[in-house]
Amino acid sequence: MNIQNNFESILFPSRLELTTEEPSFFVDTNLNQIVDAVIYLKEEYDLKPFFFTPLIDAEEIIYRQQIMKDLEHVQLLNFIKTFADYMYAVRRELPNAKDHYYEYQKERLILDAINLYCDGIASLSENLKNAELLSNGFLSFREYLNSYISSENFTCLISETKNLLNELSSITYSVLTNDLKVQVIPYNDETDYSEEIENTFEKFKRASDKNYISKFSNEPMNHVEAAILKGVAALYPEIFQSLCDYFAKWQNFRDETIMKFDREIQFYVSYLEYISKIKQAGLLFCYPEVSNTNKEVCNEEGFDLALANKLIKQNEPVVCNNFFLRGKERIIIVSGPNQGGKTTFARMFAQLHYLAVLGLPVSGKKAKLFLFNKLFTHFEKEENLKHMRSKLEDDLIRIHDFLQQATSNSIIIMNEILSSTTLQDAVFLSKKIMQKIDSLDVLCVWVTFIDQLLSFSEKTVSMLSTVMPDNPAVRTFKVERKPADGLAYALSIAEKYRVTYEALKERIQV
Amino acid sequence: MKPLLLYNNIEFDLKQPSPWNEKDMLTDLDLDTLFKSMAGKDDVVYEVVKKTISTAMQNDAGTIFHRQEILKDCIANANSLHALYDITVAGLETRKTGWLGVFSRHPSGVVFDSIHTIENFVNILRELRSVADENSSKFNSEGFKRFFGMLQDELTDDYLAEIKEHLNMLQFKDGTLISYNLGKENKGINPQLHAYHAARKNWFQRLFGPKPKFYTFYIHPRDESGARALSDLKNKGINLVADALGKSVDHILHFFIQLQTELAFYIGCLNLYEQLQTMQAVYCFPEAMPSHHRKHSFTNLYDVCLALKMHQKIIGNEMNADDKNLVIITGANQGGKSTFLRSVGVAQLMMQSGMFVPAAFFYANICSALITHFKREEDVEMKSGKLDEELNRMNIIAEHISPNSLLLFNESFAATNELEGSEIAGQVVRALTEKKLKVFFVTHMYAFAQHFYSSAVNHTLFLRAERKEDTSRTFKLIEAKPLETSFGIDVYNKVFVSAGKKY
Repeated sequence: MNIQNNFESILFPSRLELTTEEPSFFVDTNLNQIVDAVIYLKEEYDLKPFFFTPLIDAEEIIYRQQIMKDLEHVQLLNFIKTFADYMYAVRRELPNAKDHYYEYQKERLILDAINLYCDGIASLSENLKNAELLSNGFLSFREYLNSYISSENFTCLISETKNLLNELSSITYSVLTNDLKVQVIPYNDETDYSEEIENTFEKFKRASDKNYISKFSNEPMNHVEAAILKGVAALYPEIFQSLCDYFAKWQNFRDETIMKFDREIQFYVSYLEYISKIKQAGLLFCYPEVSNTNKEVCNEEGFDLALANKLIKQNEPVVCNNFFLRGKERIIIVSGPNQGGKTTFARMFAQLHYLAVLGLPVSGKKAKLFLFNKLFTHFEKEENLKHMRSKLEDDLIRIHDFLQQATSNSIIIMNEILSSTTLQDAVFLSKKIMQKIDSLDVLCVWVTFIDQLLSFSEKTVSMLSTVMPDNPAVRTFKVERKPADGLAYALSIAEKYRVTYEALKERIQV
Repeated sequence: MKPLLLYNNIEFDLKQPSPWNEKDMLTDLDLDTLFKSMAGKDDVVYEVVKKTISTAMQNDAGTIFHRQEILKDCIANANSLHALYDITVAGLETRKTGWLGVFSRHPSGVVFDSIHTIENFVNILRELRSVADENSSKFNSEGFKRFFGMLQDELTDDYLAEIKEHLNMLQFKDGTLISYNLGKENKGINPQLHAYHAARKNWFQRLFGPKPKFYTFYIHPRDESGARALSDLKNKGINLVADALGKSVDHILHFFIQLQTELAFYIGCLNLYEQLQTMQAVYCFPEAMPSHHRKHSFTNLYDVCLALKMHQKIIGNEMNADDKNLVIITGANQGGKSTFLRSVGVAQLMMQSGMFVPAAFFYANICSALITHFKREEDVEMKSGKLDEELNRMNIIAEHISPNSLLLFNESFAATNELEGSEIAGQVVRALTEKKLKVFFVTHMYAFAQHFYSSAVNHTLFLRAERKEDTSRTFKLIEAKPLETSFGIDVYNKVFVSAGKKY
């Protein structure tokens, strides 16, 4: 009983402040590309704030995951899409405050808009009646919808709308024009003259594709049409009086909660549509187990969504990766050949966690992820000339900033930092930073070329980008958990870029 | 309204696909000479005879007979046929003047052009009917009797007057009456034009009493946008009528095009007939036998293309190949073997097109396809060796063979030594004949010909280009066993030795 009274939002079981600013790590992690692609062509729903606002407790995540699971049934998804189409049509139909309308024109626009609104609501209610719903969100929405549809307000709205439409569509009138004289008169069962023409020439008739129907653009009503409409109203005064009364009565016909549902459900729909294209390429998605206490995270066959989306469009294969952390392991040190998928791995780790706390399914066969409080990323960037600081200084300031803010429940992702100093300096600074991270007990992915970090403590785990064993020049984009073994990579990369001794001797011709 | 002069049940389709081997067939049999003679300067006749003849192998006995009867009528009434053709062509001329000109983008433009075009059509249709009235008793074929009867039944004076009535109405002299329903924004939708005559106006009064419910307003004479809006409404209102009219014009045009197409075939036949008459060359209407029979017999069959080129009648051949499915032709070079082979192919095509054939007497069973495999000049593009090319062509042919096909081979598979060539040819021919196909094979390959001769196959006929003792050619073929030499030395002597003597 109190469920129906309590239904507020399909996104949040309880009220939550929305963020309208893009999180700082969106660019580094390609999450900005993902969100842009997800909401493409859905601008009118203003979905960005939903994607900018992470959830903070596990129950909220489950609330959304349940709804998402319901929506993965194609039938329900189609019901929702049909409803969305109706509501979109309603918005388009409504008269625009800026435009000028003739008598009886605006009135009719409202009538048609309300008709679509009623049909959309009625069909959704009918469709949901027998739908197999498991999520609390959908169940309580259905309760709400049922009580709305049987309310006196709605039953009255729908019957008045249908009656009036019937009356209007029963009108047939004729217009007789001769030179500049126009007469509006009742229709008197005259036959369609085009049929008479067809009958006469029937004997020559044959199948043909060609037609002479002209297409007319849908232009706004002009004053001659308005005058004719006035004439029609004069022929049928009662019907047009009803139209005016109706217009006055139903200015605010829409239910706030249902309108909010129409917007918010698009958060799920848009994401499902986005991942369905990726699923078609054979990649997997799963509902992550999310915990704010357990840091033993893992993922199987995950990938960078933004990259996958791009590769699939180009018909290229997507490489999936696995990771896991056990016991005291917290820090993944990623090293290995360049262009081997290290950055992609770091992005994937961030995306998995962020999408999980939005309550969305994530890439991979299965995933256990950490419900973090804050996500910090630092990816190598071009030098910032505005601040007149060196790149090294910039790096250190940023790292200092987020080490100040980070707690043990945060996640830190660093990618090839400290590359603008000598190796000796870099090793020294890295070790210092590592000590801080180590003591914070924070989850961290660190992409680096500094071997000395690999076995820093029992919290560090080494993962390597790999090459094909029999042909080191071929990159696999696989990042695997194993200790770094040094030299082979450098040579294979050198061969790939043809900078080995033999290759250079051959290339450089004197 | 269908002419049905080429088939008795369906219209002839000029756009139907040609057989896959049309190009080879045209080249090998020199058919373009025939088409050009039949067409004269008329491009339409050229297109039509090309299509009818190259698709002739698809015709059944009924179609062949249908056309033969009509063609006999045409020969007997050549002037009337030309008159019909000229009237039809004149009908199509109207298309070039005005139909779908600059104004046609709008319904009112379509209506305007249609009225103009249909007015012309009415005159042409009336002329066609007069030809039918005058000639219906002179034509005996079922095809023409039906066609003239159709013109007389369908194009009555009443009917032509009905069309005129519409053209009159479409001037909208009394105004336009258009009915609507109310749609979105309360704009009028589903416009429908209705016939309206001011003279019949008072039915309004009858219906609605002395003070009819009219709502009247006037567009101000200086209200240009109002006038434009009004004309827009009219255009939308007559959209369906414009469509119906435009389509009707197309349909009538199509009738003329179809009629011209079907008549063009007979015009082509008449043209050829006249040229044969001038040359005093013989012709006859052949008897087309059922396709499962093996019948092939003729006297004085000549290569009509060669005659047309030389502008004189030429010596024909005779043959009786009843119950045979293989004819092997051997003999002297330049003895007329290829000419003979071509005359067999052309006659088969002409017979199955429903034409007369260039022979004094001719019958043959109907074949489902005519396939030629003539030796070719060297492949200029050097893509493949000559034997390779020939075998490849044979490969393609094998994909297309249908039961009861007629295959004409001209010196095929000789691009290697005689032994190998004979072996290949032998294998090919044996396979084809065992499949009950009808094969004509011109060859120099003694081993090949002799093999078939000595194995005494009953269904084989052997013809030989005749050679008289004085080495002159008669260009006639006789029934005779293969000989070991082709008298190439005669030709050599003629060219080198006698030419040398001259100087």
